[in-house]
Amino acid sequence: MEYESKKSWWLQALQTGLIGGVVAVLVSLIGMVASFHERDIIAGQITMGQTVLLLIVIVFAYFSSRGTETTNVSNRLISGALTGLVTASFIVGLILLGKAVNLREVLVNASPALYKILTFEMENLTTAYIYLLLGGTVIGLLSAMIHLIPSVWRNAVINGLLLVLLIALLQDLIRLILVPFPSITKALAWMFGTKGQEGLSVVGAITVFLIVTLVNLFSTAQGDNMRKRIQSLPKGSQQGLRWITWIIIAALLLIWPRVAGTYLSEVTNTVGLFILMGLGLNIVVGYAGLLDLGYVAFFALGAYTMAVLTTTGGEITANFQWTFWEALPVAIFMAVLAGVVLGIPVLRIRGDYLAIITLGFGEIIRIMFLSDFLKPHLGGSFGIVLIASPTFGNLSLNTPQTLYYVILAGCMLALFVAYRLRDSRIGRAWKAIREDEDVAQAMGINLTSTKLLAFATGAAFGGLSGAIFAAKLSTVYPHSFVLLVSINVLALIIVGGMGSLPGVIVGALLLVGLPELLREFSEFRLLIYGALLIAMMLNKPEGFIPEAVHLRELHEVEEEDNVTQTAVA
Amino acid sequence: MRQRFLNRINFTDIALGIIGVSLVGLMIVGSIKTLLEGNYTTRQWLDFVVFGIAQGSIYALIALGYTLVYGILRMINFAHSEVFMSGAYTAYFAADAMAKAGFIRSNPFIAILILFAISMATSVFIGVLVERIAYRPLRRAPRLVPLITAIGASFFLQYTFKGLYGSQFKAYPEVAALKGSFTWGDFNITKIQVVVILSAALLMLGLYLYVQYTKTGKAMRAVSEDKDVAALMGIDVDAIIVRTFVLGAALAGAAGILYSLTFRQVNYLMGFIPGIKAFTAAVLGGIGNIPGAMLGGLFLGLFESVGPILFLDGLNVPAPYQLKDVIAFTMLVLVLLFRPSGILGERLSRSKA
Repeated sequence: MEYESKKSWWLQALQTGLIGGVVAVLVSLIGMVASFHERDIIAGQITMGQTVLLLIVIVFAYFSSRGTETTNVSNRLISGALTGLVTASFIVGLILLGKAVNLREVLVNASPALYKILTFEMENLTTAYIYLLLGGTVIGLLSAMIHLIPSVWRNAVINGLLLVLLIALLQDLIRLILVPFPSITKALAWMFGTKGQEGLSVVGAITVFLIVTLVNLFSTAQGDNMRKRIQSLPKGSQQGLRWITWIIIAALLLIWPRVAGTYLSEVTNTVGLFILMGLGLNIVVGYAGLLDLGYVAFFALGAYTMAVLTTTGGEITANFQWTFWEALPVAIFMAVLAGVVLGIPVLRIRGDYLAIITLGFGEIIRIMFLSDFLKPHLGGSFGIVLIASPTFGNLSLNTPQTLYYVILAGCMLALFVAYRLRDSRIGRAWKAIREDEDVAQAMGINLTSTKLLAFATGAAFGGLSGAIFAAKLSTVYPHSFVLLVSINVLALIIVGGMGSLPGVIVGALLLVGLPELLREFSEFRLLIYGALLIAMMLNKPEGFIPEAVHLRELHEVEEEDNVTQTAVA
Repeated sequence: MRQRFLNRINFTDIALGIIGVSLVGLMIVGSIKTLLEGNYTTRQWLDFVVFGIAQGSIYALIALGYTLVYGILRMINFAHSEVFMSGAYTAYFAADAMAKAGFIRSNPFIAILILFAISMATSVFIGVLVERIAYRPLRRAPRLVPLITAIGASFFLQYTFKGLYGSQFKAYPEVAALKGSFTWGDFNITKIQVVVILSAALLMLGLYLYVQYTKTGKAMRAVSEDKDVAALMGIDVDAIIVRTFVLGAALAGAAGILYSLTFRQVNYLMGFIPGIKAFTAAVLGGIGNIPGAMLGGLFLGLFESVGPILFLDGLNVPAPYQLKDVIAFTMLVLVLLFRPSGILGERLSRSKA
């Protein structure tokens, strides 16, 4: 590690450019660029696919010039430009190679369409190469310049660009929400691309960028002032302010399905189910530190219990025909029972073994559901159909908008339970186990019951989520309960921050909500999750919204490390 | 003495005991019933056994990768199943090209050697890359952290290869020279199975000799005993770790070719199940223990090919072969519960477990 920093700055810039180039080529060859090309960011001007490539150049040039912190300004600019040039030359190299050899025999995405995107649809290849190399250099230079401008301006500009990107990505959604208000739609029509095109119009993009940048500049100047003013308020009014915020949030949550419409409610419901699962797994992994990769088993059990108890299909032997509310406690109970039953054997096992064993359990449950052995009872690969929807009085809650309230209630309940558990006696015991099992035991914590309680509580949330999931789809198939669900939930709590409740919500919105909205992303969902898991662990193991205790824990290790390193040195 | 023993038994022990005894009981009852019913001929049983040994030697090769890395880093290299997949999947294109050019037909031996080389090279490249990016920066992090990056790396690799090579199943070309089988009475073995078992045995022997008798092997064993002391003795720990990954990945690449020759199908998800099975095999034999992994692989392969029929057919379970993965996982659970050190493993101290 140390000798790397002694490398001369231009070698380092070259190296960063090399990595950037490999990333750019990889992103092109796995089909991400071509698939994202479908979506316009600025109508008729630039697409998402090209934006991804640009972002790669920008990010790598930014980091390469940041690496030369101590050297002078010109070195920084040159290293940014160099990185940009090298990255761009990789793309040029890919096009040259692709034109000479038919890569498509092996690499399915190396299609003529890809080269067309990479050359920005220029006809003359030679000019295209020159433009690409020049463009890479200039963009690298520009992103190196970001370091030179004052931080207030820098943040404002970055936020402006990010928001343009976000609005452009979500523009069809924004338009969908605006459909009930024709006057606003009309008034904002200039902002978006014309019919058939997505993304913002050029004018729209510039306007959004300017507004956001200016607001940002203003708010950084005024934000501190505001905060100070709020802090100087008497205690009573501060409390009042907080209450008002909560009431506004509650009101927004309550009217959300009316505003959002069917499609968005559906997406919200999916996010809600994942929040529920995330809260459950958060107890097992985040609080108690037991890495459970078979969490989907509890979700599946909840769903199947609900299905068996309420189905009116008659394909399977069981014929209970209960209502949703009658079956719900049983579904949760079954999941808890499974949590305890699965929990007992793994009590003795820790760490890596636990991960593999729970993974095995998840697979066992799925294979059992799928097998001919249990087919008369559980429907085998055909699953179970005609599952009852929840009812409220005489009202059947079978539309996404109405089901939303059931999921909301579930999430609220789970949030409350998880919140209250966090600092309770048992919650503190979990954290003690997470930090050091042997010490926790020495302190008089009963490992058996504490661990089992973690599994059981986590399983209860998973079962609840599964039960609602079954009612939501009104069918269950074994194929819905694959390992990927567990990984999805794990990824969302890690991104949000292990052990952090707001983290679960943010993680679910980011990792479940966004891919649902951006269909192109969902194809690369697991690839992005994988990269995200690695990147998070390398750079920010505490997650985006870290829990205080966990943060301290992770940084303690670093501090210890520093101590040992200095001692060695 | 007896009183103290009784006092130490607690709820967990009792529950575990009940689970274990009932599972073993079920197996015994199932086996006896199956054997009494006699629906299967000797020839069929022998076929199961041969298939199990061939399958098991592939598992053993992959398991060695887990065991080598675990022995040194005390972590499960979750991405090892993708290392296995990457080699086999990449070699497919070479195999396809050679089949089209008629090279496999004219020089089957050289063609297979080329496939081995390509597969092993790819696997080694991927394995070393994963170590460099996802594991090395985290040497001193809490244990959960590298485990999570390993899971991340596994999924990243799966879907990268899906993006690069496509998502359909691809059929490996058939090697004409390996068609057919040898038969002696009831004993029947296909040529491919012979190749699989022989090459696996050769590779394992090579690995064993390498680890036991070369300087690098000695250094590896030293690092797995104690990294810090090994470093003090002048061993470049990072270099040794990289070499360990190279060895494990090369064996996984070889296993990839043997797997593709046997099942003649590759796909980006092909690593997952063999990966978990191989891990089970490594645990079964005692993780960190090289002969253990070999033995565990063979044992698991046998168990899996004979087990479903032997245990479940007598219990009147329909289509018992669907449940072979369940049997393998149950096996893993049982081993971890009752003998976490595996068949050959040293007694794992608590810090290692």
